[in-house]
Amino acid sequence: MYGTRLRGLALLTAGLLTLTLVGVFYWAPDDETDGFLQKIFYIHVPLALVTLCGFIAAGVMAIQHLRTGEARWDMRSYVAIHISLIFGVGVLITGSIWAKGAWGHWWVWSEPTLVAFLLVMLLYATYQPLRFAIEDPERQARAASVFAITAGVFVPVCFVIVRLSTAYLHPRTLDNISGNLPGRMQVVFYLSMVSIALLWVVLWRYEMASKHASAQLRALRRLLSGDDDELPPVRRSAAPDVTGVGGVR
Amino acid sequence: MPPLPLHTAGPYVVAAYIVFVALILIYVAIMAGKLSRIERELGELTELAARMRARREEQDVL
Repeated sequence: MYGTRLRGLALLTAGLLTLTLVGVFYWAPDDETDGFLQKIFYIHVPLALVTLCGFIAAGVMAIQHLRTGEARWDMRSYVAIHISLIFGVGVLITGSIWAKGAWGHWWVWSEPTLVAFLLVMLLYATYQPLRFAIEDPERQARAASVFAITAGVFVPVCFVIVRLSTAYLHPRTLDNISGNLPGRMQVVFYLSMVSIALLWVVLWRYEMASKHASAQLRALRRLLSGDDDELPPVRRSAAPDVTGVGGVR
Repeated sequence: MPPLPLHTAGPYVVAAYIVFVALILIYVAIMAGKLSRIERELGELTELAARMRARREEQDVL
């Protein structure tokens, strides 16, 4: 189900990412104040925005899980957080590289946006250990969903507070869009935004397809092995178990 | 502050894009590992199904 049309979507994403790279390096002009270094923002800012949206989406999926009780929503939320964490690592590293070039330091603790993003990442880094700490699958799924919803609410609140309460040190790409990003830079930025959002969707579906196949295999293993249990047991994992009734979909 | 010249800013930009590509490639490699595990398990299940079928046929003959 999740693999349907995945190849086409992956090819579209690859094409758009290539177009974005061409746009970044050959079409968009250099920034007047930041120069060539500003090219990092075409990857850093969309990654950050997609990461945060991914965390919020995971919260919405968790709400669906608590509302319907269907294990597939828990799995979707789990995978959304997983992919967003990977993107988040990319945000932290690319941001640090830019900071070293622009500010001369890899990390600036007095910069509220950086620290807020790190806090969000550390918060979500506890998600998998939390799951792993609870053995009962139903309790695990419920606790994980409550976590995803609470953390999903924390993400926008945290960044709105940071924006409202501090003097601007961190460059604001999406403030006064037409003024901040003129002409070609704006086009390339939005192209990059779409490409990276699509990349998130492709990777999410890719991992969902893999988890779905694993779940179907586990269900088949249970059916076939029965009481004989000729096959070795499946190792314990923090990933949701969706082999129950109504889970494999 | 004037912008960094190309030869100074270039390595930072290249490093940032390499990190992005590397992250995606590492993720895809890990997923490929999982895919091969699924393939192996599927093979085991196919063997088990074949054994069960053979056993059933033997019982039918008896």
